[in-house]
Amino acid sequence: MRVSVFKWRSLLTPTLSRHLGLALAAFIVLLVLSSQIGAYDDYNLAAIAIFVIATTGLNLLTGVNGQLSLGHGALMAVGAYSTSLLLRGHDLPLILVLPASLTAAALVGAVFGVAAARLRGPYLAGATLALAVGLPQIATRYSHVFGGEEGLTVAPQVAPAWLGADFPPERWIAWIAIAAALITMVLLGNLLQSSVGRRFKAVRDHEAAAALAGINVARTQVVAFVVSAACAGLAGSLFAYWAGLTAPAGFGVALSLQLVSAIVIGGLGSLSGAVWGSIVLVFVPALTGGMASSLNLPSAVGNNLPLLIYGAVLVVAMLVVPYGIDGGLRRLFALARARWAGAASNHKGVVDWDDPAGG
Amino acid sequence: MNIQINQMTTAMSRIAIGCAVALLAACGQSTSTANTASAPGITASEIKIGSTQPLTGPAAPGYSEIAPAANAYFQYVNAHGGVFGRKITYDYLDDGYNPTTTSSATRKLVLQDKVFAMFNALGTPTHLAVVDYLNTEKVPDLFVASGCNCWNDPSTHPYTFGWQTDYTIEGKILGQYINQSLSGKKVGYFYQNDEFGLDGVKGLDQQLTSVASRQNYVPTNTNVTPQISALQASGAQVVVSFSIPAFTALALLTAAKLHYNPIWVVSNVGSDVPTLTGLLTKFSNGAVGGQLLTGMVTDAYLPLVTDASNPWIALFKHIQPTPWDGNVLYGMAAAYTFVQAIKAAGQNPTRAGLVHALETTKLTGGPGLAPYGYSSSNHLGFLGVQVAKIGADGSATTVGPVYTSSDSGPINQYSGTPATPPSNGIPS
Repeated sequence: MRVSVFKWRSLLTPTLSRHLGLALAAFIVLLVLSSQIGAYDDYNLAAIAIFVIATTGLNLLTGVNGQLSLGHGALMAVGAYSTSLLLRGHDLPLILVLPASLTAAALVGAVFGVAAARLRGPYLAGATLALAVGLPQIATRYSHVFGGEEGLTVAPQVAPAWLGADFPPERWIAWIAIAAALITMVLLGNLLQSSVGRRFKAVRDHEAAAALAGINVARTQVVAFVVSAACAGLAGSLFAYWAGLTAPAGFGVALSLQLVSAIVIGGLGSLSGAVWGSIVLVFVPALTGGMASSLNLPSAVGNNLPLLIYGAVLVVAMLVVPYGIDGGLRRLFALARARWAGAASNHKGVVDWDDPAGG
Repeated sequence: MNIQINQMTTAMSRIAIGCAVALLAACGQSTSTANTASAPGITASEIKIGSTQPLTGPAAPGYSEIAPAANAYFQYVNAHGGVFGRKITYDYLDDGYNPTTTSSATRKLVLQDKVFAMFNALGTPTHLAVVDYLNTEKVPDLFVASGCNCWNDPSTHPYTFGWQTDYTIEGKILGQYINQSLSGKKVGYFYQNDEFGLDGVKGLDQQLTSVASRQNYVPTNTNVTPQISALQASGAQVVVSFSIPAFTALALLTAAKLHYNPIWVVSNVGSDVPTLTGLLTKFSNGAVGGQLLTGMVTDAYLPLVTDASNPWIALFKHIQPTPWDGNVLYGMAAAYTFVQAIKAAGQNPTRAGLVHALETTKLTGGPGLAPYGYSSSNHLGFLGVQVAKIGADGSATTVGPVYTSSDSGPINQYSGTPATPPSNGIPS
């Protein structure tokens, strides 16, 4: 009895109540926002929420734990294919499919994490890149199971009847994805404030020092990989519902690299950085996509313009805000506060998880 | 609907008389009934249609020319008065041949850009990703740029229509040619391991009884030496190839390296001479070029791209002289069929009205060698092909008559005469 009382009290720590309050407020704001925008904007909002799940997971691994993964697109594919296979011929509810797909990706992540924990730097990058290149090929090799190049279709989620007949399905998947993204962020936010999060950072900053402090370095790295893979699996599962299809071309090396570029642009090691990165990831291609036909450019130029703009955004972002958008914003706030207080600031814009206010 | 069409014909004849001496461009303004915003994407002055195309990525070489060529034809129509005075706006987005991107780009076209219809969206795996969505949203999905017979499914996908001859019919007619003109020779297959190649093989197998060797490839692996060696070892004297241009070129180069000289019978998709000549020169660093194509057998459902005397070729080449190849011809011919279809749907078309018009108006007079197959039970485009042979100078000549067929029915000789385009180049 005393144990359970104690647990209840620990659930109501200031950290958790703050995170829950923020998440709830964000959920309400986003629901209102999504009801005011068009169906296509809802569709993009859902994409942002899905990428937020994948990028927060990757940011935990790369930004917080210091392990670079160029293979998270493949882990998303594990989640997406699990979803598609579970839904093939069965009408399972989303609430069962999401955790099952998450678990599948976490298992693959655990196996791969054990190998990854032995690798450092370019070797780890190479191994995870091999995962990104190799895993989608399985779908083409065993096409009778995975549907080959054409992939497997997923029936879209239909909004419940009480929302009305005119409720766009894009808005419904956006709500689901937003809820999943906020739950993920609350859970990861708490994890990072806990001793587990501190171990992640200790291993990132100095492996030998962490080991001397009694931390099992390899086990910590595997745990980080599993948590991160679970996030990728959840994102992949939602991605399958969102796109209506799981096909190998959707999970190529480009996706893995986009996820890495998103956390770098957004800000390594911070939850809000992952959000900024996901917004860039979805909106830059969406805004530039129609240029090929709307501007009267020669097709050789027009066709490649969206890619060029995306590349330019990456370069400019790295030059202007080397610590990512999140780092840049924190620096701006710090400068503004310093000016307000009339004191000089030595804030460099470095994102420190332990002191998110920046002091 | 019939009443509407009758009214329309009366209106049109009235306009025709009224405009007998007037300029064609003025025609649109002098209609007796006003243009209305009759459907999403249709305003008094505009018809907005959309498409997804591989403008970048692995399928871009060649295929990226199709949508600009179609757009060039639409601009030509717009410059000559448009369709009932409306200008066609063609909004084509890049999907990089990635079905996931197709999925989101198609939603952008339908939900945000609010296109009236989809037109000529390219690729089998890519378009399969959105065909259910488009039919749920009841968006006309015209003339998918792929010969998969999956587009001909009026009961599940009433809004989707194919355009080019499907690969199974193509396989059957090529198989018949081999039986008739290359009889007694050992035959081998080389095909892409997906819907495209497998549909073609389905057609071939209906005609050919013994096959010496069946070899397939996946587009991600460019080493075809094992497959070509196996064909050589099997003693195949004829190789039927259902391959995309890059893999036709790789197969020809590999065979040349192995001193293996079978008669190549290549499906329409993988046999465009200008594209292949470029690829052969590029892959061999200039060592060989178009000479490897001499004697190749292929088939066509459109006039031959090298036949400058054909009135269709003259018309399309006049609209866009360069670049000029099979992809440009394809895009312009599909655009011509679209203008035929949208005109058949009347002055103020609706989405359902366009589908109904395609199913009930017997479209004729298009650029195809074979007739269109559109009806309420059939959403196929061209029903057949004509066999052609590539000569030493790279020009093709047709062999024998045009044949038509269906996926399971018999092969029939087509007796109709090819249509010629109207003098202004715009379907009436």
